Amino acid sequence: MLDFGTITTTIDQYLHSVMPTQAALIVECILVALCAVLAYVMLAIVMIFMERKVCAAFQCRLGPMRVGFWGLLQVFADVFKMLIKEIISIDRSDKVLYNLAPYLVVMSSVLTFSCLPFAQGLQVLDFNIGVFFIMAASSFGVLGILLAGWSSNNKYSMIGAVRSGAQMISYELSIGLCILVIVVLSGTMQISELVEAQRDGWFIFKGHIPAFTAFIIYLIAGNAETNRAPFDLPEAESELTAGFHTEYSGMHFGFFYVAEFMNLFIVAGIASTLFLGGWAPLHIAGFGAFNAIMDYIPGSVWFLGKTFFVIWLLMWVRWTFPRMRIDQVVSLEWKYLLPIGLVNLLIMTICVVCGWTF
Amino acid sequence: MELLSTNILIFAGLALVMIVAAFAAVTTSRMMRAVTYLLFVLFGTAGVYFMLHYTFLGAVQIIVYAGGIVVLFIFAALLIGKGTIDVTHTSKRRYFAGLLTSVSAMMITLYLIVTSGFSTDKFTVDGVPMKVVGTALMGTDKHNYVLTFEVMSILLLACMVGAIMIARKK
Repeated sequence: MLDFGTITTTIDQYLHSVMPTQAALIVECILVALCAVLAYVMLAIVMIFMERKVCAAFQCRLGPMRVGFWGLLQVFADVFKMLIKEIISIDRSDKVLYNLAPYLVVMSSVLTFSCLPFAQGLQVLDFNIGVFFIMAASSFGVLGILLAGWSSNNKYSMIGAVRSGAQMISYELSIGLCILVIVVLSGTMQISELVEAQRDGWFIFKGHIPAFTAFIIYLIAGNAETNRAPFDLPEAESELTAGFHTEYSGMHFGFFYVAEFMNLFIVAGIASTLFLGGWAPLHIAGFGAFNAIMDYIPGSVWFLGKTFFVIWLLMWVRWTFPRMRIDQVVSLEWKYLLPIGLVNLLIMTICVVCGWTF
Repeated sequence: MELLSTNILIFAGLALVMIVAAFAAVTTSRMMRAVTYLLFVLFGTAGVYFMLHYTFLGAVQIIVYAGGIVVLFIFAALLIGKGTIDVTHTSKRRYFAGLLTSVSAMMITLYLIVTSGFSTDKFTVDGVPMKVVGTALMGTDKHNYVLTFEVMSILLLACMVGAIMIARKK
């Protein structure tokens, strides 16, 4: 399989040969940031288009068809519209926090995004504490939402922000427990090692029952974490008009919108990394020829394929289930998911200690 | 030498952000802004930890302080209510008492920083491996912290029970 590490090392050596170390470092930082942000935005555009088409399919419609062939240019037109819209300022709002909040949300999202392994060696951040850093980086996105609701000087925004805060803080616990299950199974937190350990079998098969339970809980909690239906109370259109981003316009609204879609991508990407093997191809022990064929498919195709499959699952849920009440949302987490998650972690620990894993 | 100067540049940037944000946090009269400026001080601290390759400490700094404590502060400020949370200076005596306290605290801290020798021999470029951190936290040998860990968890449990008691009071 193609190792992107060799390509990046070649670029690194070339830059060091033509300029001093310091300049090479700065150029590398700019190149990496540019690539990461570009990938972030392009994936967001793909996801918005996918959401509109999948939503249309579930509602027996065609979705956007007019702009470009099969509506392919619709999202680009929307982005262009968003870019040229005026950024308004709200009367008697806290201007500093109002302007800062969208950047906090995007910052958290981009930091988490840069931990995802797109292929072998194609990863921006690879710490020895990998998944723990992902949790840390995603934990301060809620701050941006709370500040946005507070600084908008709007009751509905405030209600939306507090709902969102309560929901995201609660469901973060379940996500942490599901990640812990995989850490117990693999014995490492580094993302590259996690994927490497899944080359001979994905963790969802290796960890059988507890891993599968953790996968389901992770999907539910991840859905809640991204504020999507059936957990979309924070931005319930009919009651709160749009929740915490009601008062935002232009690109500031665009940041919230893009971050929301990319958080869905990140949740799906982490699910595919932890449970479905990341960029590791599907290998079945004993089928040598089959494994060899699977190895010919590039790692990035595997990663994006799995991630978009998980995204499609989450979209299916979003356009099928009705919205839950806030008490149902909170009791689902604290009375059902969290106890199940704790017991699941115990079961996984017992399985690993007794060697009942594949 | 060149790499060292890059490190110093990054450190200077982080230190500048931390100092400016710290000053802004104590001089602003709006509670929410103070909390937000504090957030940037905490980010700067996490950045310094990442610079020293203490990735675990840096991530803990972000997850506990930025993602936990600051959110707690914001929720507390929201619960108090909009009209009452902004600071107003009422008396001169209070102002001078605050000044005296902060100046003396700064003197003590500066004295400690200047007089204590920093040992650079324990510093490793690769950072501390996760296994070492884990065994030190949960070990029962001499320089291990399992007792502290357990006492902290009992403290947190007591806090949770207390919170439930207050919340359920009829």
